[in-house]
Amino acid sequence: MSEPLLVRAPLEHADVLLRDVRVLDPRAGIDDPADVRVRAGRIAEIAAPGTLAGDPETEVVDGAGQHLLPAFVDPHVHLRTPGQEHKEDISSGTRAAAAGGYCAVLAMPNTAPVMDSAAILGSVRETAAREARVSVGFLAAITVGLAGEQLTEMAELRAAGACGFTDDGRPVASAGMLRRALQYQRLCGGVIALHEEDETLSRGGSMHEGEVSAALGVAGIPTLSESTMVARDAEIAGYEGARVHFQHLSCEASVRALAAAKEAGYDVSGEVAPHHLLLTDDDVRGLDTNMKMHPPLVSAGDRDALVAALRAGVIDCVATDHAPHARDEKEVPFEQAPMGTTGLETAFAALHTELVVAGKLELGVLVERMTAAAALFGLAVPTIAAGEPANVTLVDLGAEWVAGEGGWQSRSECCCFAGRSLTGRVRLTLCEGTVAYRERTWALVGAL
Amino acid sequence: MKHLLSISDLDRAAIERIVAQAARFAEVSDRDIKKVPALRGRMVLNLFYEASTRTRSSFELAAKRLSADVVNFAASGSSVEKGESLKDTVLTLNAHKPDAIVLRTPWAGAAELVSTWCPAAIVNAGDGKREHPTQALLDVYTLKKRLGGIDGASLWIVGDVAHSRVARSDIIAFQRMGAKVTVAGPPTLIPRGIEALGCDVRYTLDELPGADVVYALRMQRERMTESYLPSLREYAALYQINARRLQPHQVLMHPGPVNRGVELSGEVVDSPQAVITAQVEAGVLVRMAVLYELLAGASAPAQAHAGVSAADPGVVAVAEGQPA
Repeated sequence: MSEPLLVRAPLEHADVLLRDVRVLDPRAGIDDPADVRVRAGRIAEIAAPGTLAGDPETEVVDGAGQHLLPAFVDPHVHLRTPGQEHKEDISSGTRAAAAGGYCAVLAMPNTAPVMDSAAILGSVRETAAREARVSVGFLAAITVGLAGEQLTEMAELRAAGACGFTDDGRPVASAGMLRRALQYQRLCGGVIALHEEDETLSRGGSMHEGEVSAALGVAGIPTLSESTMVARDAEIAGYEGARVHFQHLSCEASVRALAAAKEAGYDVSGEVAPHHLLLTDDDVRGLDTNMKMHPPLVSAGDRDALVAALRAGVIDCVATDHAPHARDEKEVPFEQAPMGTTGLETAFAALHTELVVAGKLELGVLVERMTAAAALFGLAVPTIAAGEPANVTLVDLGAEWVAGEGGWQSRSECCCFAGRSLTGRVRLTLCEGTVAYRERTWALVGAL
Repeated sequence: MKHLLSISDLDRAAIERIVAQAARFAEVSDRDIKKVPALRGRMVLNLFYEASTRTRSSFELAAKRLSADVVNFAASGSSVEKGESLKDTVLTLNAHKPDAIVLRTPWAGAAELVSTWCPAAIVNAGDGKREHPTQALLDVYTLKKRLGGIDGASLWIVGDVAHSRVARSDIIAFQRMGAKVTVAGPPTLIPRGIEALGCDVRYTLDELPGADVVYALRMQRERMTESYLPSLREYAALYQINARRLQPHQVLMHPGPVNRGVELSGEVVDSPQAVITAQVEAGVLVRMAVLYELLAGASAPAQAHAGVSAADPGVVAVAEGQPA
């Protein structure tokens, strides 16, 4: 008997009537004003706006002018637990997720110690069962210690609740090792997610190789480092008939390799991070360490190709690669700084501002891509329909705010979008009918 | 000018102003007592995270000739080796209230960062492989003195451009001064995208005879172990500036220290075409001019000037007179 894939703290179910909200769920084909009642963890009722009545036990939320969306699912976050709780922990990381409209996140195993055994997975799941505001799933390591030399006990890890496997932060450098892992996947299941990088090409680099790195004298990482590995591993996945997910894709050549693999019928999928969709290496000119992440910010041409691929569905979903670091770790010269930016609290607003408001992506497509990771990893897809678990987020698409102005839920303030003016703000997030996040300054209409 | 962080912060007029000031200071170097009291009571802190005898002593000499107090802080053997961060080191040293910090680090952008942490004027004495602005200024000074003018000159920078902060600062500075800059070297050591700085790129020295100035860069031995080059022998065969390659009309420059027999042959180093020692001499003058520009006008200028005028009226001529 396997453990469930997702865990969270047992919060009390809310009894909420969301009145006069605009319900948008592209999968369910809904884009209409409605009243939505949430009770006992589920969406109890959806009815015409103004038709549902509250009762003394019900909190009534006036949702006029606001959108109710299926809550988002992030297949790629770093919660830094165990071992690096000074950067983030499960409590702070999941509060950040809830504030960003997420009801579920998948945590990466590059912790200290690495999550490569069922014992470590079990202990962290216990912590999550006490602290997590939203549902958390865990990917376990493919290889022991992320060293690329010995497979983890993948079957036992799966039974202990691993959603899948990744050596994220490191590539599986050896094609032979990856092939063994993909063969073993037939036994134990679980998506194998890959951080693609040829370290013989990227070693020593701190940013994208191009005009900006040349001008700054900072060693560059060619996009080739990622794209050649995507192409290689797509072929291995195809040969083995394996299920592979490509993490944080950052360039046009990788998109081409992914498209070709899908064309060939391979069972592959891909994710892209908001910063790669919105920023370029030109944003690195000032050597702001919040702009240092892995893979690095690339050229405008690559960025545009990623947006096109997300719109077309070649890239399946958005993943923040939320990678918190402590302030003093980032307050160093660029080349010394660790790679990573936070992303959970800004992902939707940044993408809404720069892609939807700017007319480059439809809102419905964005919502679909921000929830699509669930199905890719075998999780229930947040859906707004009567009887479904209440995984929803209430968003004011017209609200303007400055990222970071009111502080962060995350323990880390190191965000590449900090200080940007964004349009679209999460007001309330429900995770399986529990209040995971409620904007503090927002005046609620009291119980009737 | 509050800091000197990047040569790109200086337009042509600013470069010419500093170079002209350096020319005025040349006269001081010829005096019996090589010292003016322009920065008396000011403190210059040399904070060096990389071994550098030349640049550090050049700054030290420049500060001392202006009568500033100088403190040298080398990162090795200090708290830095005990794990102190750059920020903590700077905040600690800032407690001594330096007027200027001359900073050399192996990290691009470190000078900008430090300028946000303390009120001192920051002089970038090399940040990683990015920039070395005072080197560019002394190169402009040296070449201007040698050629009379730089406008229209063709300058070739030859060698390991990828790892050279000198190359990056010189590409910018010489173009601002009206020169045409070409970089040449092995393709493994010419960074992709460098032409965006406005220079031409060549992988052979076939067209080198057309240059007016040949600027050879130092070739580090570790480039071979990193497999940028098959051997120093092959590098020398293809890129060494020697008597056969150096044309009689050309000026030869090099930032030092020279690897004889690698990027330069012994005979060209010793030839009258080489201005390598003139560059070293110019280094002190240009750094005097930079420190003077940053500190003499800054906070409490009236007081400083009054003191200077009273002590040595000659300094006013240094400050405001015509180029020597």
